[in-house]
Amino acid sequence: MARARFDIRSQPGFGTIALFTFALLYLPIVTLVVYAFNASDSLSSWGGFSLHWFAAAAQNQAVQDAAWRSLIIAASAATMATIAATMAAIATTRTPPYPGLGFKYAFINLPLMVPEIVTAVALLIVFARVKVWTGYSGLGYLILAHTAFCIPFAYLPIRARLEGMDQSLERAAADLYAPPWQVFRRVTLPLLRPGIIAGFMLAFVISLDDVVISEFVKSGGQDTLPTYMLGQLRRAVTPEINAIAAAFLALSVVLVTIFFFINRKEA
Amino acid sequence: MASAAENARRDQQGKIRARWLLSTPALLIIFIAAIGPLLVMLAYSFMAKGDYGDVKPGEFSLDGWFSVFLQRDIFDDTLTLADAHLSILWRSLRLSVITTVLTLALGFPTAYFIATRPRHTREVWVFLVTIPFWTNLLIRTFAMQQVIRNEGVLNTLLMWLGVINEPLPIMYTDWAILFGMVYVYLPLMVLPLYASLEKLDFRLVEAGYDLYAGRLAVLRRIIIPLVKPGIVAGSILVFIPSLGAYVIPRVLGGGKNLMLGNLIELQFGAGRNWPLGAALSITLMALVMVAMLFYVRNASRAGGGHG
Repeated sequence: MARARFDIRSQPGFGTIALFTFALLYLPIVTLVVYAFNASDSLSSWGGFSLHWFAAAAQNQAVQDAAWRSLIIAASAATMATIAATMAAIATTRTPPYPGLGFKYAFINLPLMVPEIVTAVALLIVFARVKVWTGYSGLGYLILAHTAFCIPFAYLPIRARLEGMDQSLERAAADLYAPPWQVFRRVTLPLLRPGIIAGFMLAFVISLDDVVISEFVKSGGQDTLPTYMLGQLRRAVTPEINAIAAAFLALSVVLVTIFFFINRKEA
Repeated sequence: MASAAENARRDQQGKIRARWLLSTPALLIIFIAAIGPLLVMLAYSFMAKGDYGDVKPGEFSLDGWFSVFLQRDIFDDTLTLADAHLSILWRSLRLSVITTVLTLALGFPTAYFIATRPRHTREVWVFLVTIPFWTNLLIRTFAMQQVIRNEGVLNTLLMWLGVINEPLPIMYTDWAILFGMVYVYLPLMVLPLYASLEKLDFRLVEAGYDLYAGRLAVLRRIIIPLVKPGIVAGSILVFIPSLGAYVIPRVLGGGKNLMLGNLIELQFGAGRNWPLGAALSITLMALVMVAMLFYVRNASRAGGGHG
């Protein structure tokens, strides 16, 4: 009977290390957020609670522009990546193997395997030439670069959803003489929607968070919020950066929470 | 009969063609904005460097590749090992390995802890790991900076406790990079480990105890071998981005403690040596591919054992 009290699952010290890990994961984030509410001018002293730096950040024209630019890029890149990834997912699932299928998998997932800095300098090389040739130096380069590295992130959940989908409904629709396009629009697409939403959100967050590729691809005056912050970190840092970071963090937490609950409902 | 078979074959070919057509946009975008530029970079690594950056197009040269490991003395033209590059390469490898080991040491017990919670609380713990995972890397690096800088939380706490009298100068050292990488990449270790541990069959653990194994023996001989795929996956997921780290050493390491990523950037900026930068990039990619191959070989072996 003494055996009953012996917990086979416990390992000595693991609980302590786990709690230490969680403390480690959250201590820096909490510090950052707390200092965003610091009334003092510097990060070295606590001057009382204040929303001053949030107001300062919100009124800063450079921050506004960067934030707006980040959102435009993330929305465009995530939309294009999701459309391309959905088409590619349909083309690469629920099929007997055909020549080139393995090649497509490798091709689509390649951006995940190449270190970001390598992709970034490769794009710098090519886009520098293209900018000179065409004379165009707008946001198109950033959107195109973001779309490319967002595709694998959008592709993964869409493909997973497709593979788990029951094909009998689509067969039933086809048996009832629905033309292929109607089967797709009325049956496949609604069933696929949670995967598409998850893929879009993943792509959106990944694009919003990107620093390295944006830093190398952007032309002058095209700072996104992360590259703006990276530039500011070189100089003396005021709690304004904390306020921007805290607001950014809040947005990420909201997006992740939504994502988490969508996925849970589906599971 | 023959024509029916012919029709079926033609139908099959049509389907394959449609599938190629459907995947064209994704493949084309990735080619234009990822794979194509990588190929151009490969070509650049074999060209002579331009006087003000860029390359002299079409002028073949191996100088870029030579200067990855060697440097030519400007006075007597002798070749010596490029100490600066080798020490940066060594720092990148060393810090990446240490980061992987430390995240494993912290991540394994954490993932085990989560996997042994009751089912309904497990999700909450996983969620707590997911939040930092999806938080912007730059923000997390900046957050770590606020902890380890001279007036930061860590130094203030240690001084308040009386452990130290003066702040430890952690910022702009290899230690700072290490702290940053462990912190930033920790969730990448915990999540795949958890995925493996969650599927662990505790009846095997119980069988071990029934056969008089101690806790350590059970951990070493039963649990770790069973979750080895998760350990390998987590280690690769941490090692690869560590090796290519750019933002963390730039923010926490200052200008002196470069890693491979920063050395590459330098060649396209102040260094004005694009062929060398291209050759270094391909070296970094080759290192990553070696790590991936190691993973694939291990994963397929593990898969054959107990899928």
